[in-house]
Amino acid sequence: MTTLIQYLQYLLNGITLGAIYALIALGYTMVYGILKFINFAHGDILMVGAYAGLFIFTFLLGESTNAAWMLIAFFIAMLLSMAFCALLGMFIERVAYKPLRNANRLAPLLSAIGVSFILSNGAAWLFGAQSRRFPYPFDDTPISIAGLAITPHQILTVLVSVIMMVVLTVFVNKTRMGKAMRATSLDQSTSELMGIDVNKVISLTFAIGSALAAVGGILAAFDFRVYASMGTMTGLKAFVAAVIGGIGNIQGAMLGGLLLGILESIGAPLFGIPSALRDTIAFAALIIILLVKPDGILGKNEREKV
Amino acid sequence: MAPLLSIENITVRYGAIEALHQVSMSVDEGDVVALIGANGAGKSTLLKAIVGQVPLAGGSISFKGEEVCTSAKHKKSVPTHLLAAKGIALVPEGRHVFADMTVEENLDMGAFLVRDQEAIEKKKEEMYDFFPILGARRKQKTRSLSGGEQQMMAIARALMSSPHMILLDEPGLGLAPLVVQDIFQKIKLINEEEKVTVFLVEQNARLALKASSKGYCLENGSIVLADSSQALLDNDKVRAAYLGE
Repeated sequence: MTTLIQYLQYLLNGITLGAIYALIALGYTMVYGILKFINFAHGDILMVGAYAGLFIFTFLLGESTNAAWMLIAFFIAMLLSMAFCALLGMFIERVAYKPLRNANRLAPLLSAIGVSFILSNGAAWLFGAQSRRFPYPFDDTPISIAGLAITPHQILTVLVSVIMMVVLTVFVNKTRMGKAMRATSLDQSTSELMGIDVNKVISLTFAIGSALAAVGGILAAFDFRVYASMGTMTGLKAFVAAVIGGIGNIQGAMLGGLLLGILESIGAPLFGIPSALRDTIAFAALIIILLVKPDGILGKNEREKV
Repeated sequence: MAPLLSIENITVRYGAIEALHQVSMSVDEGDVVALIGANGAGKSTLLKAIVGQVPLAGGSISFKGEEVCTSAKHKKSVPTHLLAAKGIALVPEGRHVFADMTVEENLDMGAFLVRDQEAIEKKKEEMYDFFPILGARRKQKTRSLSGGEQQMMAIARALMSSPHMILLDEPGLGLAPLVVQDIFQKIKLINEEEKVTVFLVEQNARLALKASSKGYCLENGSIVLADSSQALLDNDKVRAAYLGE
């Protein structure tokens, strides 16, 4: 018998996992919102982010065991990894997607799959096949609260994700460039008429999405370790989360990520699904959503007023 | 004095179809110029060519004496988003409001190139005075506005950048006659009081010619008539083909 406490524990684990999915889903959804294109290399960006974070963190750490420095070094590593992935994302867009913008819709999609293989195979070649542990920047002994075991890295994951999402929400709603981004996703040619440089907005979108993926990759690495193909399944699930929430919709990606994380965590014990089939839950959810509400939970059925 | 906008022999092709054939026309500073023509004559294409959203296969377009669009291989046209900075604002056909954004945010987008926040706020208040209904709806999503309100919003958004010239593509399309009258009244005020040069494209020939001082008539991608608007209103051909008399 699974007790209530156990379910609460599953819920907690699900929220942590969901926060990571949400961060990654945002990149898929923002790019789709503007270019109507699924960036299948996005999952591999999170892998690059995890490796970059790992290398910078271990380099900064050196032999130090100072608790404060560990935490500071972790955040420096995260920020640098974000910056690196932002540049990588813009570079990939510039060389692999932009030249195909007016081509057949299938062309950029195939190009993205190509980029995905280049990144994951390149990482396997450079860093080897075995996975690496991402060291905790603190003692990760679980804290017991009302019978629930909460690990510090779960708290960190939720905290960092929430901060990122709040910053992003403020950015797109309050700042000049953020509003320009929303305008561009609503109507590209009219945005141009306003004086908005659509190419710049697209670059910025890739930069932000990739930076968020870097954070998602580092946070995912605590639970899943760092390896060259780590972005494949996590990226695919984050994409599913974006579709469930309503692709193109920023709040939808956040909600879809959270729901999918919780569903994966609670679904197995609740429906008696063997843990070997755990990964199928996300895709079953995707099929159900596509059948019941193809536009996703927060997706809108676009009907233009003429 | 050189015209504010001068279009010289432009040709536009969509694949094998020639949408505009050696079109020449000019708009003088401070004027209201109308372009009339049937559906599919190439009116919207002409406006898109002016703002650089369709490439020219021949000819060139100058604004304030500077060549902004060219078909010449060795020269570059000014990209659309930089053209806005030169003082041209287009109100596109079908309004194209940012439906998911509020009225206020739409106006903010119209002022995207204005970097002075105080000037933006002042301009917004001016627009709310000029179109009181927009002031009342400033926090509403634009999709909830009526067609006429959306048209006013699209015009206000174009005015946010304080353009020298505003291009209006079918501002009366699909609106009730009273609303159309109201909008044409506003267009007149924009020209007379704000000193904005207006280039008006309309299917409703009578309305357009009455609101303008000079008119062009576009048929199958070519200019077939060019005269003062009053002369066009009296022209037998125009009366038969466009005024239904």
